[in-house]
Amino acid sequence: MGAVIALSSMLDARQIWRGRAMPVPAGDQPTGWAALDAALPAGGWPDAALSEILLPADGVGELRLLLPTLARLSHAARSVMVVTPPYSPCVAGWQQHGVDMRKVDIVAAKQADVLWATEQCLRSGSCAAVLAWPRQADDRALRRLQVAADTGRALAFVFRDRRHLSSASPAALRLEIETSPSARVWVRKCRGGVEPPQPFPLARSLH
Amino acid sequence: MLWACVLLPHLALDGVLRRRADEGPLVLVDGAVNARVIVAANASARDAGLRVGQRLIAAHALLAQFDALPYDACAVDRWQRFLAAVAYRYSSEVSLLPHAIVLEVSRSLALFGPWPQFETMLREDIGALGFHHRIALAPTPHAAYVLAGMRDGLAVHSPDHLHQALQPVPMRKSRLPAASVDALSGMGIRTLGQLLKLPRDGLRRRFGSELLAAIDRLLGDSPSGLDNYRPPDVFDLHVELMHEVENIAALVFPLRRMTGDLGAYLAGRDGGVQRFLLKLEHREGRTTEVQVGLLASERDAGMLFEVARGRLEQMQLPEPVLALRMIARDLPSFVPTGRDLFDERPANALPITQLRERLRARLGDRAVYRLGSTTDPRPEHAQGVAESSAGYDEPHPRPTWLLDRPMLLRGAPPRIIAGPERLETGWWDGAEARRDYYVIETSLGQYAWAFCQPGEQTGWMLQGWFA
Repeated sequence: MGAVIALSSMLDARQIWRGRAMPVPAGDQPTGWAALDAALPAGGWPDAALSEILLPADGVGELRLLLPTLARLSHAARSVMVVTPPYSPCVAGWQQHGVDMRKVDIVAAKQADVLWATEQCLRSGSCAAVLAWPRQADDRALRRLQVAADTGRALAFVFRDRRHLSSASPAALRLEIETSPSARVWVRKCRGGVEPPQPFPLARSLH
Repeated sequence: MLWACVLLPHLALDGVLRRRADEGPLVLVDGAVNARVIVAANASARDAGLRVGQRLIAAHALLAQFDALPYDACAVDRWQRFLAAVAYRYSSEVSLLPHAIVLEVSRSLALFGPWPQFETMLREDIGALGFHHRIALAPTPHAAYVLAGMRDGLAVHSPDHLHQALQPVPMRKSRLPAASVDALSGMGIRTLGQLLKLPRDGLRRRFGSELLAAIDRLLGDSPSGLDNYRPPDVFDLHVELMHEVENIAALVFPLRRMTGDLGAYLAGRDGGVQRFLLKLEHREGRTTEVQVGLLASERDAGMLFEVARGRLEQMQLPEPVLALRMIARDLPSFVPTGRDLFDERPANALPITQLRERLRARLGDRAVYRLGSTTDPRPEHAQGVAESSAGYDEPHPRPTWLLDRPMLLRGAPPRIIAGPERLETGWWDGAEARRDYYVIETSLGQYAWAFCQPGEQTGWMLQGWFA
């Protein structure tokens, strides 16, 4: 047995691999849901990245999940873009959750242009968050959105049907909303961390 | 007083070249049909041996393939006026001289910086528009005009030095009345310096008062007698295309030039444009019109180009295009948007207004909007496309999604969570509503906002989702 070697020198010389591929920067985009923030590696939404939200149907609490974030962002400098929502956003309802509707732009686009419009908004750098409901989005399209979100330093939210869960996705975060037996959110993928084994209850207050 | 003169020696040729994408040999010809003479030739034509003054027949013998276009005096005039509009940005006193623009700059220098800096800006502006130019500075407009003809970049700041600067100017470049110049050269007077030494009485007797008046204007002893240029209130640019164009992509290059010109014109006028018309001219006087409308007054050339191109790319050309015309009548004042010092956006961010215009250009004029609430309680009238919304807080629960029109709820009877909220209004405008609103949970676990007839709890009509 030879001399004692200081561990720090070997770490400095990068002779030891530390098993964590990429450090996760602590983001400053809390979701507004304490339990979810605590479980996510970035302490909230992955900043400047794509988050995918998978739904069994429309109107199961997907906006409820996002509204605290939108309320916070709508009081900052940059705008929130809503690209081809499935229904009209109800002004009174959004305002009840604290969203400043003067900062929310709604973009009506044909299905063929949804991805283009979403990418333009993300890439522009003047949007804080972009919400989109693309129907035909494949792996390549989502990757483009991920890159655009990174370029424009924006939060990208893509709402898709639950059946897409089985296909791979480049999104940094994948959440699945479940309605039965109760409204719950599963974290299906989170970059830089391990998916928590339990779902989080999605409280359904009306205000 | 200090006057800058921008001499435009190749105005006719530059006006043609700037709308051509290719660099092939090109000449402008003038004169009778059977004796056409080259009056201007571009660089590649000159390299091939073509020169000004040559007969067109001789040119054809030298070079097999080149474009020959007729010299258009009206176009030259138009381009000169256009550049005067651009120069108007720098001075309120702009006048036109043959193939030149003069502008009074002594007051502008305080705003734009000392002359070398000012000169650079002027050169960059005119150079970017694709025009060759020579610039000189002198205390009188006519002296600046003469000096610009002598050497590019001459600058005489004080009247004391003007005499000295004019001394070596040869008579044929003095821009004095042509008859006198010929006679004086014949008498051995070769330069302006020699002329200025001659006694005035003698000159008047021999050449009349016309020559003396011209000398006085040159030296500033009498007013310049130039009319001030006023920029027009309507921007109207017409560009003939070289060939019949059948696809939109080929219109992009001239369009970029045209929007660039519009931007330069607007900058000169310190205005913006909110609406302009693009006319595609076909054969036999038929036209296709493309209206371009913006949300706010704008003048950035890049943005105008992008918006116009977006509108153009949406359409199908019904037939080949021969010429383009851009007309802007509505020219409101332009208010630049300020940027916050502590802006959160990334440094290279596209402004939100520009993003909106880009989306509208492709998706349609009504594609980007904001919603605001009205005072009407009926859900179908409670909100509308608005620029801003009042900060009224509804005390009753409201959904986050609103259906465009109420929809009958099918399936198992829902569970009632909250309600009823009676809504009874609208008797005055024929769309009377008497409804009881409830918050219900459907069998799928969705929370919905639904109504039924007062007192009944059947026949649920869905109005929105608490998503």
